[in-house]
Amino acid sequence: MIKGLFVKKKKYATIPTGKVKQDVPEGIMSKCPECKHIMVTKELRKNLLVCQGCQYHYPMSSQERIAALIDEGTFTEYDADMISGNPLEFPDYVEKLEGDRKKTKINEAVVTGAGQIDGRDVTLAVMDSRFRMGSMGSVVGEKITRAIEHAIDKETPFIIFTASGGARMQEGVLSLMQMAKTSVALNRLSDKGLLFISIMTHPTTGGVSASFASVGDYNFAEPKALIGFAGRRIIEQTIRQELPDDFQTAEFLLKHGQLDRVIHRSEMKKTLSTLVKIHTEGRV
Amino acid sequence: MAAELEFERPIHELEKKIAELKSFMDEKDIDLTDEIKRLEEKLSNLENSTYSEMKPWDRVQIARHAERPTTLDYINYLFTDFIELHGDRLFGDDEAIVGGVAFYKELPITIIGHQRGKDTKENLRRNFGMPHPEGYRKALRLMKQAEKFNRPIFCFIDTKGAYPGKAAEERGQSEAIARNLVEMAGLTVPVICVVIGEGGSGGALALGVGNYVHMLENSTYSVISPEGAAAILWKDASMAKKAAESMKITAPDLKELGIIDEIIEEVKGGAHKDAKHQAELIDQVLEDSLHSLLSMSKEELINQRYEKYKKIGQFGFVNDSIVVK
Ligand SMILES: [Zn+2]
Repeated sequence: MIKGLFVKKKKYATIPTGKVKQDVPEGIMSKCPECKHIMVTKELRKNLLVCQGCQYHYPMSSQERIAALIDEGTFTEYDADMISGNPLEFPDYVEKLEGDRKKTKINEAVVTGAGQIDGRDVTLAVMDSRFRMGSMGSVVGEKITRAIEHAIDKETPFIIFTASGGARMQEGVLSLMQMAKTSVALNRLSDKGLLFISIMTHPTTGGVSASFASVGDYNFAEPKALIGFAGRRIIEQTIRQELPDDFQTAEFLLKHGQLDRVIHRSEMKKTLSTLVKIHTEGRV
Repeated sequence: MAAELEFERPIHELEKKIAELKSFMDEKDIDLTDEIKRLEEKLSNLENSTYSEMKPWDRVQIARHAERPTTLDYINYLFTDFIELHGDRLFGDDEAIVGGVAFYKELPITIIGHQRGKDTKENLRRNFGMPHPEGYRKALRLMKQAEKFNRPIFCFIDTKGAYPGKAAEERGQSEAIARNLVEMAGLTVPVICVVIGEGGSGGALALGVGNYVHMLENSTYSVISPEGAAAILWKDASMAKKAAESMKITAPDLKELGIIDEIIEEVKGGAHKDAKHQAELIDQVLEDSLHSLLSMSKEELINQRYEKYKKIGQFGFVNDSIVVK
């Protein structure tokens, strides 16, 4: 159950700086890394972690995301105890996983489960960029694939929030193959005529961008989210020119026809709820 | 003359020495037959040991060899009446991927593959075999066409990866790759993939969701190049040799990880030593694979692909001591 996922934050005042931008604010007061606007953390959370000054969308943990979206008390988590092995016997990998488990209170970079949005059943997967940068290894691939299979069994829509640096290097080509694994499952979901909504959040890059994130029946993104396949620096090195500031942002993708909409966090639940409604009640 | 590979240097030195002795013998009229015979035996042993104990980095060198046979070379040997088809009908024609229709032993098929160049000029035209979105979309168009006319599909994989460029991102590199993965999963015709050179990341996988995936003995398949991995892991691209070993990117590695089906034997020293013979070795495996798939129904083909990929990965559970595969 989702309730067990929540952690009490330590209560001492720390002001996040630009450097720890990835981290969710923990102190009593929080300073926006974009516009330096200072907000009471409690207020910031009530505002779904969106800065009132500049609308900057702070990264959300999987727990916070689920709480913001799923009707209270309806979430059941799947495969919460699934953990990575160390197939390539990478030094430090096991320790790094263990560290992230302690830090995030989740066992891997995606949380999956079933729940309701305004009373309608959905199957959900939420990636968490705090865990190994949200990278996809065997567990992320397997959990998402199983979630899709649950959606097929229960004939529910499948909704995914992506947040990932791409494939997990420490699992080598096994991580690459998770792109194929999730894709065969998505093909079956689509074949059954079931709805798939992808919401790309900051950041969605590499192998995650080049697999399930980009093939929703609806592709959405949060404002300013970084979305792309190749890294900015690698592209700049390859083409020997500087890239525009908005390159690989959600707005850039929207302009280039890669997204259906960019959705502000305050509109997210309402939009998804309406779409799910259109797809469940509107079916002939 | 093939460019010399580092690990082959002792062989080439010995070959040179034997040649010298032979010409010395002719010139000076001295009988060195025994000595030459001894060295030739030594050469044979050295070749056997060198080529039977190839290190991952040696295989990377062979996989990247400028003269390694490409998709078009194999098409020439394996298929008849090949007609190349161009363009994605949306933006352009990406020559980093070639495709078309042909016969494989009287059976109409579709063949698609990455295409490197063999010299600088051709490499520029083909962008070193690194596709843009239109390449993947051309591939998908040809796959859907094959499906419509019930033709099996062969995919030859040989790319360093998707091209990391501005235009590629603007035109939806991610979506193009992702779309191929999902669509290939659902194809109702047999799909057989062979990694013939480098299988670089998403750019390779975009032609790689098949009922069978085979690798040539000296090809590689990886999530990131050894140089890229080294740069990330040790902040030093020159550690690529070490990365090639720890990342498990060779055909034997992938077979062990349960990712590929067959390792296709290569001619001694690598496919570039005898492309025609190499094509024959590929031919045997293609024929067997195709034979076993032709008896399957459309649904069986899709389900076989599903089960194949569903199995890939290694994970466990919090209270397990054993990691299940
Ligand atoms: Zn702000």
